[in-house]
Amino acid sequence: MHIPDGFIDAPVAAGAAVVAAIGVGVCLRGARRTLDDRTAPLAGLVAVFVFAAQMINFPVGAGTSGHLVGAALAVILVGPYAGVLALTVVLAVQALIFADGGLTALGLNVLNLALIAGLVAWFVFRGVVRVAGTGKPGIVAGAWLAGLLSVGGAALGFVAEFALGGTAPVSLAAVGGAMVSVHVVIGAIEGVITALVVWSVATVRPDLVVGLRAPAVASSERQAVAA
Amino acid sequence: MKQSTTRAVAAVVIVGMVASVVLAGLVSFYASPQPDGLEAVAQDQGFADRARDSAATDSALAGYEVSGVSDERLSLGLAGVVGVGVTTLLGFGLFLVLTAGRARTPDPQA
Repeated sequence: MHIPDGFIDAPVAAGAAVVAAIGVGVCLRGARRTLDDRTAPLAGLVAVFVFAAQMINFPVGAGTSGHLVGAALAVILVGPYAGVLALTVVLAVQALIFADGGLTALGLNVLNLALIAGLVAWFVFRGVVRVAGTGKPGIVAGAWLAGLLSVGGAALGFVAEFALGGTAPVSLAAVGGAMVSVHVVIGAIEGVITALVVWSVATVRPDLVVGLRAPAVASSERQAVAA
Repeated sequence: MKQSTTRAVAAVVIVGMVASVVLAGLVSFYASPQPDGLEAVAQDQGFADRARDSAATDSALAGYEVSGVSDERLSLGLAGVVGVGVTTLLGFGLFLVLTAGRARTPDPQA
């Protein structure tokens, strides 16, 4: 869902870049505060894995493909701050070195695919495990729904940006409807991959999944473990 | 406990890095060449022609192809492995810098 240069006009792209920069700044501060010596390497790994996974487009029918966004996976595994930063690194590498996603559109892509997708995924996953518990049903349902809705959120982000600054005189309703319908399918698959990976890691080392930590006790637990 | 956690993190990182190199370097060749969701919508709704080449189009790795390498599989695989390498440097580098100086002392407020 990487936006190329030219789809969205310069003022909206610039506005998105400002919002994205503020969001990334907040995440830098948050990550500095919350990362420790075991989450930092995992956050680096998440960036690498998401870059690799995004190269694998899978067919979704009607001559269309999709690929993992990875924002849900990232925020569930390493937390919202580090997860958003990992996605931002991936998007910057893709735009600068591979010309995948525009350069003037980089702010739009960071806003949609890192910030919006990451925040939606984090709150959905935390909400589901709070209600359904941190057993297998809660983790799988939460990760699947987080994957689905993160892609939906990013697609709606594009629709909003297109409404504000789309460069083509085409029907917004048609663009919105088409974006949502294709990304529901892609999001459902994103959810399956997210659930598989999160469940695999949670089965081996649940303590390494930041999304499963209770925020209030996380740090005292960590110290107890370290002691 | 500390030791086993460090070892577990190292194990996850090694498994994840190997998986990433295999995905980017080998599996990527079998990825679907169809347009992705946004590209397909842009084509169907008639605004695909608004896309302009970014300033990075002259990059030696633009489009996940290594310029000068004609073998498609090799070109894509090499580009993927280079991308994994660059992302490794930037990703691990960023998070190591962010935790520098306080790596083994988690903030009690965190």
